[in-house]
Amino acid sequence: MNVQLRDRPEAASTTAIKTAIADCDIHPARATKDELYPYLAKRWHTHLETYAVHAYQGMMEGPPYPKAQPNASRRDAYPPEGGPQGSSLSFMQKQHLDPNNVVLGVLNPLGATGQGQRNHDLGAALATAINDWQIEKWTSKDKRLKGSIVVANEDGVTAAAEIRKRAGDKNFVQVLLLSRNVEPLGQRRYWPIYEAAQETGLPIGVHAFGFGGNPITASGWPSYYIEEMVGHSQCQQTALASLVLEGVFERFPKLTMVMVEAGFGWAPSLAWRLDKVFDKLHSEVPHLKRKPSEYIKDHIWWTTQPMEDPERREHLFQMIEWIGWDKLLFATDYPHWDYDEPSRVLPAGVSDSNKQAFYLDNARKVYGVI
Amino acid sequence: MARHVVAAVDELPPGTRKFLEIDGRPIAVFNVKGEYFGLLNRCPHQGAALCEGPLIGLAMSSDPGEIEYTKLGEIIRCPWHGWEFDIRTGQSYCDPKRFRARAYAAHVEPGASVVKGPYIAETLKVSVESDYVVVDL
Amino acid sequence: MTSPVAGGVDCDLHPAVPHLTSLLPYMNDYWRDQVTTRGMTDLVSQSYPANSPISARPDWRPAQGKPGSSLADMQQEALDRFDVAYGICNPLYGVQMVFSEDMQDAFCRALNDWLVKEWLEKDTRLRGSIVIPTQSVEKSVAEIERCAGDKRFVQVLMLVMGDVPLGKRALWPIYAAAEKHGLPIGIHAGSAYHNPPTSVGWGSYHIEDYVAQAQAFQTQLTSLIVEGVFAKHPNLKMVMLESGFTWLPAFLWRLHKFWRGVRMETPWVDRAPLEIVRSNIRFSLQPVDAPPEPEVLNRLFDHMQSDELILFSTDYPHWQFDGDEVLPEGLSPDLVRKIMIDNPMATYSRLSQPATKEMTR
Repeated sequence: MNVQLRDRPEAASTTAIKTAIADCDIHPARATKDELYPYLAKRWHTHLETYAVHAYQGMMEGPPYPKAQPNASRRDAYPPEGGPQGSSLSFMQKQHLDPNNVVLGVLNPLGATGQGQRNHDLGAALATAINDWQIEKWTSKDKRLKGSIVVANEDGVTAAAEIRKRAGDKNFVQVLLLSRNVEPLGQRRYWPIYEAAQETGLPIGVHAFGFGGNPITASGWPSYYIEEMVGHSQCQQTALASLVLEGVFERFPKLTMVMVEAGFGWAPSLAWRLDKVFDKLHSEVPHLKRKPSEYIKDHIWWTTQPMEDPERREHLFQMIEWIGWDKLLFATDYPHWDYDEPSRVLPAGVSDSNKQAFYLDNARKVYGVI
Repeated sequence: MARHVVAAVDELPPGTRKFLEIDGRPIAVFNVKGEYFGLLNRCPHQGAALCEGPLIGLAMSSDPGEIEYTKLGEIIRCPWHGWEFDIRTGQSYCDPKRFRARAYAAHVEPGASVVKGPYIAETLKVSVESDYVVVDL
Repeated sequence: MTSPVAGGVDCDLHPAVPHLTSLLPYMNDYWRDQVTTRGMTDLVSQSYPANSPISARPDWRPAQGKPGSSLADMQQEALDRFDVAYGICNPLYGVQMVFSEDMQDAFCRALNDWLVKEWLEKDTRLRGSIVIPTQSVEKSVAEIERCAGDKRFVQVLMLVMGDVPLGKRALWPIYAAAEKHGLPIGIHAGSAYHNPPTSVGWGSYHIEDYVAQAQAFQTQLTSLIVEGVFAKHPNLKMVMLESGFTWLPAFLWRLHKFWRGVRMETPWVDRAPLEIVRSNIRFSLQPVDAPPEPEVLNRLFDHMQSDELILFSTDYPHWQFDGDEVLPEGLSPDLVRKIMIDNPMATYSRLSQPATKEMTR
């Protein structure tokens, strides 16, 4: 039914925007299942072939909720040499980095990367491997690309060691965590990660998704993929509330975090709610010295994709004003299906200086990349 | 409006599509079960190459859980954000009032009339012995 | 201060059950003996610890007993003070937490009968919500049928955090029964604690659980909309109670954005989520999760693109505001009238009907 007359069409003709941009959420993929083997000890090759990964969800292949597109990715992003979308540097350059004038691209590897692993030793081995792989396959080959230090998040001590091991390595610009974990992210089992990040001066990117064994609603498992997708934003809100209320930013005052791919429109309402309730219940959390919204204002940045998309653009602008034009980091989510096209994402009417901050300068500042 | 000869009929059997550029515009021509359709290869939403999406059916429902699946092979689903468009009319299903893909009429003409003109066949050699797919643009 | 108008409807009042033993007169012999023989404890939910500041406003805290347990106090502090025509009672007694559907059913029946006898019959302004044993859909429907004859029951009450997402089809007979009787479904903050209170697990603090109610309401709205509850039951109204509402616009932007891409997954959703919210969903006023500046709140109302969504509530005796400042600054007189009178009257159709002598059987 869906045969095409040519093998694969040329890359989509995007309207190249002249301004240089940072893309703070790019997802590099492995071309083959065993692409990580060179970075893993022999015992793990056997282990993976015998037992595979052992995640906090039941599906051996793929996600529990089938995605909107294959590999949750754009159908026009398959590399000509084969492999899944996002698995070829040269095609990523040709389809995305070059035409969109991406001068800084932050890589956030997902999938079986050691996060959300029930077997913590395997998790640690996979995380180290994916970090080595990021250097060898991506960041050493294209200086625009920067990696994220992936850590086996459920084992804070081992995760902290991985961060310290990479300290000072200019291939990496942040530590990567996911929003859905075994416990809310403010819990102390994760504090060694925050301590190491603060010590090494790296921001922590908290990307939506992940598996921690908890249903994605407080009432059990829903039916549809759209519920999971929309629900990531609620997970992120709860994870951020936990970080604030546990006093993570009081304990690690130099820590900065980037909320990745969870939207940002919910931020003002969450901050208002936190402040309102804190006004009554502050005696339960005496370790907080300031209003919750102040911690959020000082410590949190947000990537833009999937861009909030109200019917009327002034609603978007008002929302951004509540958050701050200096707090948003542009991201496309390439090659994922809900990709935001750089030239189409902002409605008309934004000042040049706000555009410059939105597309590039904020990211350079947060990630310390000139 | 001009009529462009885009393919010999043999070149575009049922279930196939052909990509080409006409007057600088990216176009795709589809053969769906013997019917021909032309579509601008650009999604009105964010500009993706719309015609690289799969052709699926139209899922509709007036009773939750009961799905009526019609127009099989006549709905193109954008390769990026998954928006659905009717290949016959360009109508979108998630926001029909504001978004419409550009659809072009396509049909078959015998070689004899194509050779006579006034058709435009820039990249194609035409002969009276064959039939041709023609798009109005 | 924005002044309330007389003759409004307070859509969220919480009469407190003094103790599980207060319900004994409304149980049969078996359950009465179960409660006493096994030494069952009071069903107080950790959503509202008795002495937590949010559980009662300081000046609404009685010298003894649970906040909200005295009708005289409620009359003086809420009904008379805000001069309302009607007050809707939403008992938050922890009957949802038990795990046996039989026990839950017995306790719900007792609770509903207690509400009629101890509250609705003692003040003609009061109206009630039917609390249902949601672990059994069959028993929930039976309880709605049992109580619906009494027109003083104006809604069915569920919690925002239950056993399954609220849109799940198995629950639909409950919605059919409610729609048939002209009863909106009220979804109130709180949990049965059969699942972790957040989608990322158990937090450390009470404050965390309370903040998380807003996220739970968001996931439930998604579930209700995409499962097609309102496609099947177009006349059914649902009221989000003590939910906050400033999160609504951004939530709907996100839902709408993804729905446009995966419409085919739930094709019975045949219009934008915002339109479904406008026709079928309402929100109680308190707590107002907005900063005090009127221009912010008015922008948010503009983002909601409707002035019909909000229903007046005090959330008595919970501590959401001080003094008489139940209405936030900056509301126009027209909007005040809508919030206090027009919107609740349009939502709770039974308020316009005579509620005379039809008693619970």
